[in-house]
Amino acid sequence: MGRTIVEKIFDDHRIDNPFEDVHVIRLDVVACHEITTPIAINDLVARGKDRVFDPDRIKAVIDHVTPAKDSKTAAQGKILRDWARRQGIRDFFDIGRNGVCHALFPEKGFIRPGYTAIMGDSHTCTYGAFGAFAAGVGTTDLEVGILKGVCAFRYPETLRINLNGRLPTGVFAKDVILAVIARLGVGGATNKVIEFGGPVTAAMTMEERMTLCNMAIEAGGTCGICAPDATTVDYLWEFIQAEYPDRDKALESFSAYQPDADADYADVIDHDVSGLEPMVTFGHKPDQVKPVAAMTDQKIDQVYIGSCTNGRIEDLRVAAAVLKGRTIAPRVRGIVSPATPKVYRQAMAEGLLSIFMDAGFCVTNPTCGACLGMSNGVLAEGEVCAATTNRNFNGRMGIGGMVHLVSPATAAASAIAGHIANADRYPAEGAQA
Amino acid sequence: MKNFSGNVLFLDRSDINTDEIIPAKYLTEITKAAMGPHLLEDLCLKGFVPGKSTRDKQVVITRANFGCGSSREHAPWALETNGIHVVIAASFARIFRQNMFNCGMLALELPEAQIGTLFDTFAAFETRLEMDLADSAFTLAAEGRRERCIFEISPFDRALVEAGGWVEYADQHY
Ligand code: SF4
Repeated sequence: MGRTIVEKIFDDHRIDNPFEDVHVIRLDVVACHEITTPIAINDLVARGKDRVFDPDRIKAVIDHVTPAKDSKTAAQGKILRDWARRQGIRDFFDIGRNGVCHALFPEKGFIRPGYTAIMGDSHTCTYGAFGAFAAGVGTTDLEVGILKGVCAFRYPETLRINLNGRLPTGVFAKDVILAVIARLGVGGATNKVIEFGGPVTAAMTMEERMTLCNMAIEAGGTCGICAPDATTVDYLWEFIQAEYPDRDKALESFSAYQPDADADYADVIDHDVSGLEPMVTFGHKPDQVKPVAAMTDQKIDQVYIGSCTNGRIEDLRVAAAVLKGRTIAPRVRGIVSPATPKVYRQAMAEGLLSIFMDAGFCVTNPTCGACLGMSNGVLAEGEVCAATTNRNFNGRMGIGGMVHLVSPATAAASAIAGHIANADRYPAEGAQA
Repeated sequence: MKNFSGNVLFLDRSDINTDEIIPAKYLTEITKAAMGPHLLEDLCLKGFVPGKSTRDKQVVITRANFGCGSSREHAPWALETNGIHVVIAASFARIFRQNMFNCGMLALELPEAQIGTLFDTFAAFETRLEMDLADSAFTLAAEGRRERCIFEISPFDRALVEAGGWVEYADQHY
C-alpha cells in the first residue's frame, strides 16, 4: 500500500512507538511566540530544566503584541527575549526585525519539504505549504519540544482535496479555502491532515499555498499539506543552493515527499473551482460562508488587511491594485499590517504603501495585534470588520465585534464601498470597466 | 502522581468551552497560579457561583464536549491550580483532553447515559469520589448512596498520568 505525504514524513521521523497508535516523532523546528511560550519557559526553570534540545532548531519571535501595549505584554516579551539570549537562540526576532510568525519563518527559509514542526499556535498548519508536517500544540507539548525535540501524535489520516478546473479572474486562494471549509464544516477534518492537490494547487504560488494550508485548522485539520514541486524549490532556492548543485537535484531530493499513486486516503474530494465567486463569512464560525454578491448590504466600520493568512506581498499587491487612485469610504477605518519587515520594505519599494495611505489606510508595523483583538485595531461592541484574517469567532477582534473573513481584493473593495463589496466594481486604473 | 480523589462539583451542561473555563483576557498572565482565582469565571450555568461553587472541590463531573473552543492549556491549569485533577464527562474536545493528560491529570469519558444516572443519583448531594486508578474504577458516595464505576484509559494516557505528565514521561524516555 502506498503512503501519503504525511505518512512518509512520520515514517522518517519516528523515534518511538511506545503504544498502539502513539508515534513519537523527532522535530526539525520548534517555533515559539510570546503568548504561549513564557509559561513553558517558567515551568522549565521551576523544574531546574532550563535547557533547549538544540538552539539552532528553535525559532522565536515576538509578534502578537509588538510594541508591547502594557506591563503584562511587556513582561511576556521580556521572558521570551531573556530566554532566547540565555539559550543562544540565534533565530530570535524582536521589534524592528519581527513579523507575524507564520509569514516570517517560511520567508526565512526555516521550513523545508519533509520537515516536522510544532508551535504553541493553531495556525502552525500554514507550513504544510512546503510539504512539511506542522501542527499547533498546547504549552506542555511545546515545553517537551523545547527540551527534547520530540512530540507524540497519532498516525494522522489524510483527506485528499483535488482542486480542479481553473480559478476565475478576481477569485483567490482565500475564496477557495473558504469554500472548502464551508464544504467540510468546522469539524470535517478533525484529527486529519488535508492534502491539497490537483491542477489549481499545482499552479499556485507558495504564498497562495500558505493561505490554503493556514486555514486547514478552521476545518479541524491538524495540518494542511501540498506536495513540494518546482515552485517550492524556486521559493527556497536562496536558502538551499549551497546544498544542491542545481534546482533539478533539489527537486529530485524533495520528490521523496510526493504522495504515492496508491496512497490510502480517508477520503478523496474533487472540488472544482471554475465557477467559484469571491466568498465571505457571515456568522461566528468559519464554515458559515456565502458569495460576496449575496452580502453587499452589510455595512462595515473597519477593514483589516494583514495576518498569517493574507498579509504577504501578493496580498498587498492585490489590495493596492483595487485601491489605486481611489479613497475609502469616510465611515470606514482602514488598517493594513504588512506581515513581515521584508513585505513592508517590498511594499514600500513598489509604492504600495503610498497607495494605501493615499486611499486613507493606516499602515501599521508587522504584528498580529488586530487579528486576535489584542492591539492595533480592536473593535468596539457592535462594530463590523471585513478582515483578511482566519477567524470570525465571537469576540475574536474585540468583545461584541463582528468579523467577516474575505480575500484582500474583497477587503479593499469593501473599504471603498463602505459595505461588503466585490472588487469587480473597481477595475484597475487604465483597465476597461 | 496527583491526587484524584475528593469532593465532586457537578456542572450540568454540555459544550462548556475553554473561554468559560478561563477567559481570554487572562492569556497575558505568565504564571499558572494567576489562573486560579478566575476558574469558570464566565460560566453560564444556573446556580453556579464563580469562586464559591468550586471551593473545596477536587473533581468535576459534567456532560458532553467539555473543553471545546480555543486550544489554550490555561484551561487545565485553572483547574489544576484549584486542586481539581479529574474531569469526568460524556466526551471532550480533542486538544483539551490531550492537555489534561499532558499535565498528568485525568479526563475520563463515560457513556452519556451513565453520566445521566450519576447526575440523577448524586448531583443534589455533597458527593465524594474515591479513585482506584489501578483497577480503572472510582466510587462515588453521598448520604448512604454508593456507586462504583469502571472506566477505560489507554495505556499511553495511563503512563502519562503515572509519570506525572508528558514532561516527566518524555524526560524518562527521550
Ligand atoms: S495573524 Fe492571527 S491567526 Fe495568525 S498567528 Fe497572528 S493572531 Fe494567530
